[in-house]
Amino acid sequence: MTRHPKILLFVALLACAALSSLAGKVSPYYYDVIIGIGINIILAASLNLINGYTGQFSLGHAGFMAVGAYSSAWLTLSFGYIFGLGTLATTTTYFLALIAGGLMAALAGLAVGIPSLRLRGDYLAIVTLGFNEIIKGVIQNAEPLGAQRGLGGMVQSTNFFWTFAFAALTVYVVLTLVHSTYGSGFLAVRDDEIAAEAMGINTTKYKVLAFVVGAFFAGVAGGLYAHFKQFIHPEGFNFLRSFDIVVMVILGGMGSTAGVCLAAVLLTILPEWLRVVDDYPWLPDWLRPITENRMILYSLLLIILMLTRPQGLFGAENLKRKSA
Amino acid sequence: MIEFLQQLINGLAQGSIYALIALGYTMVFGVLRFINFAHGDVYMLGAFAGLYTAPKLLTAFGGGPSLAGATAVLLTAMFICAIIGIVIERLCYRPLRDRPRLTVLITAIGVSLFLENTGQYAFGADPKSFPEIVVDRAIEIPESWGAFSALTITVGQLIVVGVTFLLLIALRAVVLHTRLGMAMRALSFNPLAASLMGVNTDVVISFTFGLGSALAGAAGILTSIQQPSIDPLMGVNAGLKAFVAAVLGGIGNIPGAALGGILIGLLEALVVGYINPTYRDAIVFAVLILILLLKPSGLLGTSEGEKV
Repeated sequence: MTRHPKILLFVALLACAALSSLAGKVSPYYYDVIIGIGINIILAASLNLINGYTGQFSLGHAGFMAVGAYSSAWLTLSFGYIFGLGTLATTTTYFLALIAGGLMAALAGLAVGIPSLRLRGDYLAIVTLGFNEIIKGVIQNAEPLGAQRGLGGMVQSTNFFWTFAFAALTVYVVLTLVHSTYGSGFLAVRDDEIAAEAMGINTTKYKVLAFVVGAFFAGVAGGLYAHFKQFIHPEGFNFLRSFDIVVMVILGGMGSTAGVCLAAVLLTILPEWLRVVDDYPWLPDWLRPITENRMILYSLLLIILMLTRPQGLFGAENLKRKSA
Repeated sequence: MIEFLQQLINGLAQGSIYALIALGYTMVFGVLRFINFAHGDVYMLGAFAGLYTAPKLLTAFGGGPSLAGATAVLLTAMFICAIIGIVIERLCYRPLRDRPRLTVLITAIGVSLFLENTGQYAFGADPKSFPEIVVDRAIEIPESWGAFSALTITVGQLIVVGVTFLLLIALRAVVLHTRLGMAMRALSFNPLAASLMGVNTDVVISFTFGLGSALAGAAGILTSIQQPSIDPLMGVNAGLKAFVAAVLGGIGNIPGAALGGILIGLLEALVVGYINPTYRDAIVFAVLILILLLKPSGLLGTSEGEKV
């Protein structure tokens, strides 16, 4: 990959952010879907750094998202009044809360990253899944965070601009990191950890770094989500949410940022398209449940993809791995 | 003290279920070196197999709960699950045998999601009540036993522990004293050498999947005797905990899986009884992380260096 596409992508996404914040006249339904696309791009691109480029298999991305969502929501709810209630003040608090949420998630990423040093593959997948459940369990027991009732009442500060600006930033950071001289270490860890270590690469550092950076952006995505939906619930960050993100990364092709972003867009729109089935009475009845059961479709897709094209739809040359 | 004993009894019954599921994880890991994520869902299918076959089987054995009827339900569910396990391996895992482990792992996650979601579609997402195949009542403990008469032991708990014990003995006999069992052990010791000695790898792997899935099916029925409310996502949590149990005992080690299952069951009961029931899931994962940090080979396992 040359150096230019990523700059182009960055400019394109920024332009998208600028344009869409100007437009502002789409119907609430499309608004919802488009923000969802932006948030999913952030989640998928950041998970791709961990799963795709570094070759670790994390199944707990929704956990990091939860940390970011709850930290930022708690901050805006608790300290929102400090800067007053003007638009600028609210936005400042919001922005700071997003960053703080991201940092909290990064801290959680550090906590997951360190034990992950001794684990690989299947074990790591289960441990990250476990962390996801632990985070959920802690939130469910934390009264200040609303416990089982969920947390609501945040100001809806998330809009096109913030969502896509952060999406662009995520894509930019991931691509720049991975394509830098320093970042070749990520790919080396993925391609052959033992060989990488023998060549003097500090595999530990790269694995932890991938988790910290990936978790930071997942946390930001959580903050964006919390301040868009204005209500968050621990069950919204369970392992099924993590699977959703993993499916995006795998479908797009692990280690292909463009593919993963495209998959994030596709998989956000797909359930909406499937909903169309309900509008056509002449379609056969067995198609109806497809709207509620998109996961059946996803899981079949996943199995068939692995059997026929394990590198994902768009990950053509990026994933050259020998059998381990 | 009596309360502590009570928690131990509850934990033992729950731990037996985890032990049965954990055996499937550990045996498959032994022969294929991969974690069959879909194993917990086979356990769920076992419970549903019981749900659908029990009314007919109970009628065939004279209607109403009976020992013969319950045994028939148990064996049917085990058989159905064995078939399901073998089919899953044949369709999804066998074509991927020489692929990177990550590919197989993702496929297993896909199979797991497929079973859960198809289950929700086919059986309905709401909990179903499991027919009474055994009368699950509390056993009267005579007053003469003093303080022990305050204990509550149910018929269901006794059956669960008893059947688990019988199945463990049967499994031990199969693994140690049959040709297939010997082939299984050979395969998990060294796959290449085993196949050079004439072991038919495909048959042995199918057999392992069948055996593990049958045990998971039995666990599904046994759970339903104690908690007669089953739903298509019941396998997620139980599967994860059984996996932790397998790791605790040393993955790939058969007695270890049984021991780990019992220990996880006991731990969970103690957390529920003495700390806070809402932490029962989180604590199990905390245990997993601790084992993996302190002794990744588990209690009874032997560590295996990675060869380049």
